[in-house]
Amino acid sequence: MGELRLMKGNEAVAEAAIRAGCDGYFGYPITPQSEIMEYLMSEKPYETTGMVVLQAESEVASINMLYGGAGTGKRVMTSSSSPGISLMQEGISYMAGAELPALLVNVVRGGPGLGTIQPSQADYFQSVKGGGHGDYKIIVLAPASVQEMADFAKLGFELAFKYRTPVMIQSDGAIGQMMEKVELFDPIPRRTEEELIAQCPWAATGKPKNRDHIIITSLDLDPAGQERVNLKLQAKYRQIEEKEVLFEEISCEDAEYVFVAFGLSARICQKSIDMARAQGIKVGLFRPITLYPFPTKQIAALAKKVKGMLVVEMNAGQMIEDVKLSAGCSVKIEHYGRFGGIIPAPDEVVRALEKQIIGG
Amino acid sequence: MEEPFVKTDIRKEENIVYKRTNLLVDRPLSYCPGCGHGVVHRMLMETLEEMGLQDKTIGVSPVGCSVLAYDFMNIDMLGAAHGRAPALATAIKRMWPNRFVFTYQGDGDLAAIGTAETIHACNRGENFVIIFINNGIYGMTGGQMAPTTLPNMRSSTSPYGRDVSIMGHPLKMTELVAQLPGTYYVTRQAVHTPSHVRKTKKALRKAFENQKNNTGISFVEVVSNCNSGWKMTPVQSNKWMEENMFPFYPLGDIKVDGKLVEQKEAVTKE
Repeated sequence: MGELRLMKGNEAVAEAAIRAGCDGYFGYPITPQSEIMEYLMSEKPYETTGMVVLQAESEVASINMLYGGAGTGKRVMTSSSSPGISLMQEGISYMAGAELPALLVNVVRGGPGLGTIQPSQADYFQSVKGGGHGDYKIIVLAPASVQEMADFAKLGFELAFKYRTPVMIQSDGAIGQMMEKVELFDPIPRRTEEELIAQCPWAATGKPKNRDHIIITSLDLDPAGQERVNLKLQAKYRQIEEKEVLFEEISCEDAEYVFVAFGLSARICQKSIDMARAQGIKVGLFRPITLYPFPTKQIAALAKKVKGMLVVEMNAGQMIEDVKLSAGCSVKIEHYGRFGGIIPAPDEVVRALEKQIIGG
Repeated sequence: MEEPFVKTDIRKEENIVYKRTNLLVDRPLSYCPGCGHGVVHRMLMETLEEMGLQDKTIGVSPVGCSVLAYDFMNIDMLGAAHGRAPALATAIKRMWPNRFVFTYQGDGDLAAIGTAETIHACNRGENFVIIFINNGIYGMTGGQMAPTTLPNMRSSTSPYGRDVSIMGHPLKMTELVAQLPGTYYVTRQAVHTPSHVRKTKKALRKAFENQKNNTGISFVEVVSNCNSGWKMTPVQSNKWMEENMFPFYPLGDIKVDGKLVEQKEAVTKE
C-alpha cells in the first residue's frame, strides 16, 4: 500500500506531479487553484527531484513556457481556473498543432466572465470541443475525488507522451478545495538527459552531427502540407477514441433509469441513488471519466437497456449534447443543472428524476 | 549554350576565402533582396559555429518576417506564437541550463504583442540571448505601423504619417530593458555596411560568451532597413535609415557588464 495522506485536491495533484517525474511547473495565481503552486513552492522539488517551479507573469506566459519546455521533451505542467484557461487557449491550440505533450489542470469556477470563485462544470464545451482555433482535441480527464486528482496526474503524463498531445484534468472548485484520504503512488524518478533524448527523438534538444535539425512548429504555409498535418491529427484522435475511453458504472445492473454525470456531479448522484433506491426507484449512475474521448458506445448500449436518462451537470446543459448524440432518439434524455457556483443537493436531483423522467 | 552566370571553374579549394557557414541550411532565404535579416542570420550562425555550439543551442523564432528562421538555421529550433518567444526561452533554458538559448524577434513581436514577456524575461534575469531586429514596420503583413515606427513615418496603417498625438509614440524597448536589473549586456547595432556587420558580429559573440557565465539577459538590437515596407530601393532605404532611424535609435552599447554606459550624443556616421 502506498503512503496515505489527508490532502486537498489541489495539493494532491501537485504532490502527484512531483512523484510522476514532472520536470517543470509554470503557473499564475487564480482562485480556486492557487494551492497547487503554493504547495509546489513550499515543497521545493527543485532541491529534491530537480523539478523547476516558476511563477509566470500571466497565464499567456505560462502556457507558452509549457510550449517551450514540452518542445524540448520535458514533462511540464500548468494549472489555472476558468478565466485563466481561456487566456491559455491560443497556446493549447499551438501545442496541439505542434504535437506537444503537457499536463493542464483546470479547477473550474463559475462563469461567464470573471463569474465566481465557486465550483462549476461550465467549461465542458471549452475543454472537450477544442477551446482554441483549428481542428484539434485534447484528452480530458474528469476526477470525482481527491484520489483521482493524484492518480490522473500520473495518467495524464502517460497519455500526453503516448500520443504527444496536451492532456487536461478538468476538476472544479469543490474537488480542488475538499480534503480526503489519498493513497499516493511511489515516486518515479525524472528522466535523465540521455533517457529523454532516447525516448523523445522528436524533441529539440540540440542538434548533434548525426541527425537533421529539429523544428517544433504548428506552421505549414502549403495547404497540402497543412491538410496532411490535420489528417495526421485526426488519425491520432481516432486512435485515442478507440483505445483510451474510461468510464464508471454504479448500480446499473438492474437500473431502469440512469444518471449521467461527471466529476463532482457524479459524486452527488451517488447519494441520490441511495435516496432514490430507498424509495424503490431503480436508478444507476454512468460516469464518463474521459470527457474526450467520450464513452459513446457505452452510452449507446446503456440507452437500449433503460427507460430514461437524467444528465446532471453544474452547467446549463453541455455534456447532454454528447449523451444525446451517443444515445440517439431511443430513450428519453433530460438535463438537470445548477449554475454559477451552486452545487445541487442529492434530494433535488432525485426530485428532478421523478419530475422530468419518471413522471414526465 | 548560354554561358553560366556564375563561373564555376574558379571554385577551387585554394581560391576559397569566404564560404557559407555549415550552420546555415543550403536553401534560398525568404527575405526580400536588400533586407538585413539575411546578414544577421549569417552573423548569428557564424558566431555559433566559431564557438562550437551547434549541438548545444536551441533557438526560438518569432512570428513576423523571420517566422521561417528555423528553415534556414541549421540548429534545433522552436517556432513561437506571436510575441511569446521569451516565455518559451525561459522554460527551455531553465530546464536545459547546459544549453545555449536565444530568441530572434522583430519589433512587432518583441515590442508590441510580446511586451510583457520581453520585460518579465529581462527583469527575471533569464540566461539567454535576445536578438531584436528593429525596422520600424510590420514587414510580413504588408507594412503596417509598428510600435517602433518613427513620428510622421508613413505605413499602410498610418498612410499620412504617424501622428503621435493620436497613434502614440515609438517605443524605445532597448533603452527600457537596459534599466532592468536582469539585463547584463544591452546594445544596438546595424548591418548595412561592412564595418557595422563586423560590430554586430562582435556583439553577438559577446552575448553568447555572457551566457556561458549565466549573467542574465544579453539583448542585441539590430536596426535594419525594410526596403519593401518603406517603398524604397535597398540603397535608398539604407540612406533613409542613417538619416532618420539612427538619430532616434542611436547605435552603440547601452549597458555593458551590468552597468549602464554614459549616454553619448547622437551617432557618428561612417
